[in-house]
Amino acid sequence: MSGCGNVFLAGVGGQGILLASEVLGEAFLSSGYDVKKSEVHGMAQRGGAVTTHLRFGPKVYSPLIEPGAADLLIAFEKLEALRFLHYLKPDGVAVVNAQEIPPAPVSSGRERYPDGIEERLREVTSQVHVVDALGAALALHEVRAVNMVMTGAASHFLPLTEEAYVEALKVRLPARFVDVNVRAFRAGRALIASPHPGPLPGPGERWVKGRGTRCHTRL
Amino acid sequence: MTVQTQGAIRLFSGNEAIARGAYEAAVKVAAAYPGTPSTEILEALAEYGGLHAEWAPNEKVAVEVALGASMAGARALAAMKHVGVNVAADPIFTASYTGVRGGLVIVSADDPEMHSSQNEQDNRHYAMAAKIPMLEPSDSAEAKAYTKLAFALSERFDTPVFLRTTTRISHGTGAVPLGEVESPTVPLGFVEEPAKWVMLPVNARRRHVVVEARMRALREFAETFEGNRIEWGDRSLGIITAGVAYQYVREAFPEASVLKLGLAHPLPERLLREFAAGVERLVVVEELDPFIEAHVKALGIRVEGKERIPLLGELNPRIVRQAVSGEAAPLREPAAVPNRPPNLCAGCPHRSLFYALNKCRVTVAGDIGCSTLSALPPLKSMDTCVCMGASIGNAFGMEKALGASARGKVVAVIGDSTFVHSGITGLINLVYNKGFSTVIILDNGTTAMTGAQDHPGTGKTLQGEPAPRLDLAALCRAIGVEHVSTVNPHDQAETEAVLRRELDRDAPSVIIARASCVLLPEHRAERRPTYEVIEELCNGCKACGTLGCPAIEWLPLTPEAAVAAGKKPTQQGIVRINPFLCDGCNLCPAVCKMRAMVEAAR
Repeated sequence: MSGCGNVFLAGVGGQGILLASEVLGEAFLSSGYDVKKSEVHGMAQRGGAVTTHLRFGPKVYSPLIEPGAADLLIAFEKLEALRFLHYLKPDGVAVVNAQEIPPAPVSSGRERYPDGIEERLREVTSQVHVVDALGAALALHEVRAVNMVMTGAASHFLPLTEEAYVEALKVRLPARFVDVNVRAFRAGRALIASPHPGPLPGPGERWVKGRGTRCHTRL
Repeated sequence: MTVQTQGAIRLFSGNEAIARGAYEAAVKVAAAYPGTPSTEILEALAEYGGLHAEWAPNEKVAVEVALGASMAGARALAAMKHVGVNVAADPIFTASYTGVRGGLVIVSADDPEMHSSQNEQDNRHYAMAAKIPMLEPSDSAEAKAYTKLAFALSERFDTPVFLRTTTRISHGTGAVPLGEVESPTVPLGFVEEPAKWVMLPVNARRRHVVVEARMRALREFAETFEGNRIEWGDRSLGIITAGVAYQYVREAFPEASVLKLGLAHPLPERLLREFAAGVERLVVVEELDPFIEAHVKALGIRVEGKERIPLLGELNPRIVRQAVSGEAAPLREPAAVPNRPPNLCAGCPHRSLFYALNKCRVTVAGDIGCSTLSALPPLKSMDTCVCMGASIGNAFGMEKALGASARGKVVAVIGDSTFVHSGITGLINLVYNKGFSTVIILDNGTTAMTGAQDHPGTGKTLQGEPAPRLDLAALCRAIGVEHVSTVNPHDQAETEAVLRRELDRDAPSVIIARASCVLLPEHRAERRPTYEVIEELCNGCKACGTLGCPAIEWLPLTPEAAVAAGKKPTQQGIVRINPFLCDGCNLCPAVCKMRAMVEAAR
């Protein structure tokens, strides 16, 4: 059982995961949550697998999510969903971009891109939502907006209002980029028709029960 | 980032929080050399007005600049990654003797787990060795608060102060309340005081006495410092911890009693004894070395530590829980999937240079930076990598060891920023001591690995303002290198010809391989043709796979699919070029014998 909401973002360096996590973080903060997130920069970013741990609640201690404790896995690339699947709770939600970006061992022909990723995700949770974020971004003529499409799709499962995301985009982006990113967010949200299982509980529900303002994980 | 008004709460990385803290502490001079995970401190500081923030050529210079500013009465900060402290250790150890006038803060950003580093040294040892106090924040809010405190302590105790972070603090993000900018208390102006500032032995001997008295005063301060606090809980388990490990401990053992140490050096003896006496079982949870543990044991206190807590790499709540209690929930095994290692970008000029260099079959003494990625398959070009600037000394040392048999067989490869950082003296040595090795400077016009920062060779300052540009070729000639060539590494024929000519030369030579980093906005704004594969011509030979270009993708074919595509059934696949990734560097056409790689139709 977790007292905090745990969102694990995974993808490939260059996909804009950092910005997506900053927007999520700002949106949680402005909505009255404590927030911590953690990522790595530098060598790890050069086209390599990139992750961000984001945790929210009344009081967050660890900036890192434990394996098996993520409520929501947002995978910007399909193979990365599989790589970090062990971070997801058994009943967690996975929002997965259908896009395949072959890693070096695959693009060089030494290994093959794994088949049946969606099925393997479903072995862990029934809540798998595969979306065509690249297609939605290209429809907006902005390939760099894949990150906001994914954020929009994942927003079904987070206890935040659309206004919180839009305000966060205004904090984090130059004014001229806000509009296309808001449209990408909405396009992403429209990719998942019936929000099920719905958002994680907001403050006042699960978070404040039990241990008052403390936020910790028991496995 | 904009300058926010007081009272607001912002989401800051640890680095942004340190910058904000320095700004609120009215820092006047800040200097750094980029290095993960410290880089964003100066980038964030540069956004604030009313202070001088700069990229120094290396960490030693950064500390000397900051100390000079402190001598003149200003608050000053130098920031660096953990290995940067090695470079800056010389001025730091003596700054401990001189002390300060304006507050002097030295940020050491350590990198447990070596996410982007060549070692995982624990820089708390520096605090002890240099006799300098060290604060250790455990999240972004503390990072800001401790930065301000560090300036105040520096002036109060007449000492430089270390602020130590680790990657999960530097690049962790959390809520930070903003405060107002303080008014400086020390008046500006250099006051002549030879006994304090001129470290002749006669003065230094007296200053050492002052240093020891200061450490005694700091040990007293540590006893009552509110950042060293006991959080009493269940007394059957007491945990001493600091930094990000504190967060993991609170997460894993919310009921336990905790002594949280905000001051890593000096440690509070009486407080440690009080805590130890108050709990049944005592454990130290700290990342990397048993620094606190050794101190506690030296007090004669029985404590558990590194026999349980891993010495290597980062901790996390799960590791802490498992190590202390032996309990751990079963874990799903991570899926076995193809690795996604970091790679040189599509269009990276380093790939072009190393492809040509691989044909020459030489031993490559390498250096720190993006070019280090060329050591990975399929290029596997680099044979050594030790520290900033080591390539030139390493190559020359090999040459002297191997004698004439090394002629034409050993090169040093170093990036432009790294060369300016600490390659220049190695080249002076090579010339002075009559070497013949070839030194290749990869001049991509930026400090690429840390995210494209300027340096003296780019002609721009930290703020992007025009600055005198260091002329690398003229510098090399001034050092005494007679043969300095400049090539465009994307021109394979010319690059290979120049490499072979200079390798054969019986004298030191420098080749400057100059082509823009693909991350630079100027390069991104250029329109270049991209490349595509004529499928009919591709015979699946995988020659282009030896480049390791992320834009070139292998598509496996079954025998049936191969036949359907008009290929022999034995052809196992074809390649395509990802149009979103191709940067138009023009390297792959030079590799494809089938001439299948051509400029894409617009």
